[in-house]
Amino acid sequence: MNKLDRKLLRDLVHMRGQLIAVGLVVLCGVATFISMGSTYYSLLISQKNYYEQYRFADIFVQLKRAPETITQQIEKIDGVVTVRTRIVTEVTLDISGMNEPATGRLVAIPDQRRPMLNDLFLRAGSYIEPNQANEIIISEAFSEANNLKVGDSFKAIINTRLQTLRIVGIALSPEYIYEVRGGGSFFPDNKHFGVLWMSQSVLARAFNMEGAFNDLVLTLAPGASEAEVITRIDKILSPYGGLGAYTRAEQTSNQFITDEIAQNKFSSTIIPLIFLGVVAFLLHIVLSRLVNLERNQIAILKAFGYKNSAIGLHYLKLALVPVWGGVAFGTILGMYLGWKLTSIYAIYYHFPLLQYEASPQLIAVAVLLTIITAAFSVANALQNVFATAPAEAMRPEAPPQFRSGLIERLGFHRFFSPAIRMILRNIERRPLKSLFAVLGVAVSVAILVVGRYFFDAFDHMLKMQYEKVQRQNVTLVFNEVRPARVRHDIERLTGVMQCEPFRAAPIRLRFAHRTKRTLLLGIEQGSRLRRLIDKDLNEQILPIEGVVLTKKLGELLGVAVGQQLTIELLEGKRPIKTVYVAGFVDELMGLSAYIDMKALMKMLDEEDTISGAYLRVDPLVANQLYKQLKEMPAVSGVSIREVEIGSIRQTIEKSLNLSTFMLIFFASVIAFGIVYNGSRIALSERGRELASLRVLGFRQSEVGFMLLGEQAFLTLVGIPLGCFIGFCICLWIPHRLNTELYRMPLVINPESYLFAFIVITIAAFVSGLFVRWRIKKLDLIAVLKTRE
Amino acid sequence: MVSKSTQIPSFIAEIPPNSSLSSKEKEAVFRARRLCKVYHMGEVEVHALQDVDLDLYSAELVVLLGASGSGKSTLLNILGGLDPPTSGEVYYRDHNLTVNDDAALTRFRRDHVGFVFQFYNLIPSLTVLENVELVTEIAIDPMPAQQALEMVGLKQRLHHFPSQLSGGEQQRVAIARAIAKRPEVLLCDEPTGALDYQTGKLVLEVIEQVNHDLGTTTAVITHNAAIAEMADRVVKMRSGKIVEISHNRIKKHPADLIW
Repeated sequence: MNKLDRKLLRDLVHMRGQLIAVGLVVLCGVATFISMGSTYYSLLISQKNYYEQYRFADIFVQLKRAPETITQQIEKIDGVVTVRTRIVTEVTLDISGMNEPATGRLVAIPDQRRPMLNDLFLRAGSYIEPNQANEIIISEAFSEANNLKVGDSFKAIINTRLQTLRIVGIALSPEYIYEVRGGGSFFPDNKHFGVLWMSQSVLARAFNMEGAFNDLVLTLAPGASEAEVITRIDKILSPYGGLGAYTRAEQTSNQFITDEIAQNKFSSTIIPLIFLGVVAFLLHIVLSRLVNLERNQIAILKAFGYKNSAIGLHYLKLALVPVWGGVAFGTILGMYLGWKLTSIYAIYYHFPLLQYEASPQLIAVAVLLTIITAAFSVANALQNVFATAPAEAMRPEAPPQFRSGLIERLGFHRFFSPAIRMILRNIERRPLKSLFAVLGVAVSVAILVVGRYFFDAFDHMLKMQYEKVQRQNVTLVFNEVRPARVRHDIERLTGVMQCEPFRAAPIRLRFAHRTKRTLLLGIEQGSRLRRLIDKDLNEQILPIEGVVLTKKLGELLGVAVGQQLTIELLEGKRPIKTVYVAGFVDELMGLSAYIDMKALMKMLDEEDTISGAYLRVDPLVANQLYKQLKEMPAVSGVSIREVEIGSIRQTIEKSLNLSTFMLIFFASVIAFGIVYNGSRIALSERGRELASLRVLGFRQSEVGFMLLGEQAFLTLVGIPLGCFIGFCICLWIPHRLNTELYRMPLVINPESYLFAFIVITIAAFVSGLFVRWRIKKLDLIAVLKTRE
Repeated sequence: MVSKSTQIPSFIAEIPPNSSLSSKEKEAVFRARRLCKVYHMGEVEVHALQDVDLDLYSAELVVLLGASGSGKSTLLNILGGLDPPTSGEVYYRDHNLTVNDDAALTRFRRDHVGFVFQFYNLIPSLTVLENVELVTEIAIDPMPAQQALEMVGLKQRLHHFPSQLSGGEQQRVAIARAIAKRPEVLLCDEPTGALDYQTGKLVLEVIEQVNHDLGTTTAVITHNAAIAEMADRVVKMRSGKIVEISHNRIKKHPADLIW
């Protein structure tokens, strides 16, 4: 071992505290980089492989009923490769042990297992046996949420008949990675909604659909025009009640997961960059301080004939030890957290096999970025020393210069005690260093604020949707349109306190060259349960004429209030009408369109029909109502607000808890690293000064204040700045996360700022304690003797 | 120059307190008995002080003279409450300084001791006036900071920062800072060590004047034998022991010192 390396070893031991702090920040930076990057990559790969292996369709269409013979026409369309027709319908389920009814989406599968589009991955059990009318395969999400296993059974009303269904298998499908019901439900409620796969022939018999289908999916040849195929399919299927074909991009499950992956890509770039910035800053201050302290030694080494490169390498090695340590442990931690995050996504999304992969390239990028940062810091720190002649560098550094600054010129200094003046002048003397320290603290605060923002925003979205917009506690959906008088039957059910029927119709909106498929919701004038709410949470009045659109829908169509647009009703006689846009509502979820119920009837040329009802139910007798609903064949779906909200919260919290924990940990480490290093360096730079003060009779606490007051001040400036930066980032996120499914509102609760304040204050306080402990060990005697 | 010089064994207490033979004032401010200090430098034991007995009397100016390693700084550190002895006892009036209690020693330094260091140790971020005020703020009965600076002849440079002063000026600020609290003892560790001849003498004049005007018991450490001539008493040290204590019949004015 050469002597420089021996010195290196001793320096490492001597500076362990600061190097560990640097290493920890590197660790966090690399861990976030790897965990987020690998999670992003894993999700992307898992999605791609899953879609490929299980033949996820490219085009989807629902219709009323079409004969199988029509399939040939569709297969002949240019670009269409494989077509699968099936029956898909929703039924009410009665699951033992659960008071509320659940909704099952029955999807037909061939009696004999063969490869098909949107194929099933059997997680447990087996495929259905032909001619066994009651055998079903259920989705994994549904089975887990309700603790249903192969061999269990539950009841369902299948076309007016109550049947017992027996679970033979548990499966996953690329079509339901994210298993939501759609049409107003945006979060998975796996307890009350599940996909069930059942024999095609059994379903055909049960729903009088023999030789017919009501759902079609197909794949396209590479390079085929989606738009062209959609136009032709719609033409073929429109006489059969086609609801308009759509692409993967509009398929709910795919839409959600693609959004989520996009969001991951966003955070996996931004957050690690912040960490690398902090690493660069910390390395810079630690190294430049060290190099400055050792300028004598460096000068002597140079005088002996050591080359700049050899000395540079020596300090690079010193920097690389914590960096390498951070990278190594950060990679391990990052892979662990990435795996953990990915497995949480696995619960959320139900991939057959969520592949976790931290690509070597990703690790290489992390390593390279941190090493470049370290090398840059070393070069920067050594620059000054190398520029001075050895003889000059061997002299002790001139005492720090202070001059009257801003505080004196403004005459404020007389309001402060000498101790506070010392603090202020030290900050003022090195404005850039102080600024970076403030920024470092600010960044960690901002990370926390942004982390909490996601909770706050989701909470607000839920509140807005379920307390302001949808105030019913139970929603009934009929399996087909019913006469309006059914309302009275519903009102007579136990516990129903208020009942407001609605009429929903699938539509295609057209404005200029833009079209959008959605659901047109006809509600009664003066509806109290479903309301139109603007962004200030004020209720808007439903106009008698014209449609009210969610703002996002208006933006997508490029339409303004007062303009005319074309509505193609995809039901009944499929009329095409022109209506004007009467207003917008700022709903945060979905793309709803509202219209007066009577106006909708007129458009449909129908009289008094309803597709469901919103109910306000007496919670005390709700269970009796649920029991009745379970046995009503006309009801295909029941959603209950409280259970829905509860299960949504549970799901969100599960996924947000880990990431929030990560954020808290990482932000604390940054704050700790900044404050600890800042005060450690200040201690070594000003050790003499502080020890003299101790000799003069200042107590440990007083000296501690003079030293740590600077860090405390910088932290206190950094916190509000961080809140502001966090707010600005949150200001920007809604623009990034503004999808058809949901819009993130800009809502940050005061508690979130308080939370960030508390976490960072604790981190700063703990690092202060470490330094305080060092003050105790200040060598008072040495001060009297030594010059530096 | 030294008029009366006696070689005495160190185990004999110097002139006992309240004895008629004591110097100017009979009252002992410090009483040190059988002081020993052992430093452990790795595996080597360094006996920095061996069985030292010494009294310092009110208002006298004592010079502790010795080569480096003679133990004079160690003795001063113990008297100043910076370092506890390994064995023996040291009293400041009726305060026992032997106790290893940081808070009590801090209190002692704060209320009773003024320190002047070889390298001044001013606070670089405070102006001349503020450096002095720093101490007057925590003192029980300080003089105005301006007055202290006037005494050392620095009235004109109140708002300069240390980096804008010469070494001699910095040392005078340090003296002003030390005396502003009206300490009972002023401990100076090689106060001229970092200064040139003329400046050094100027600083000694200030120390002498403070001792004279305020009656502050003053101990000056030096390896410069010439400085001993300004003292009331000279304590010579070698290898951790007091080898000689002498009285100056005629104290020289610092301006007349030559080295």
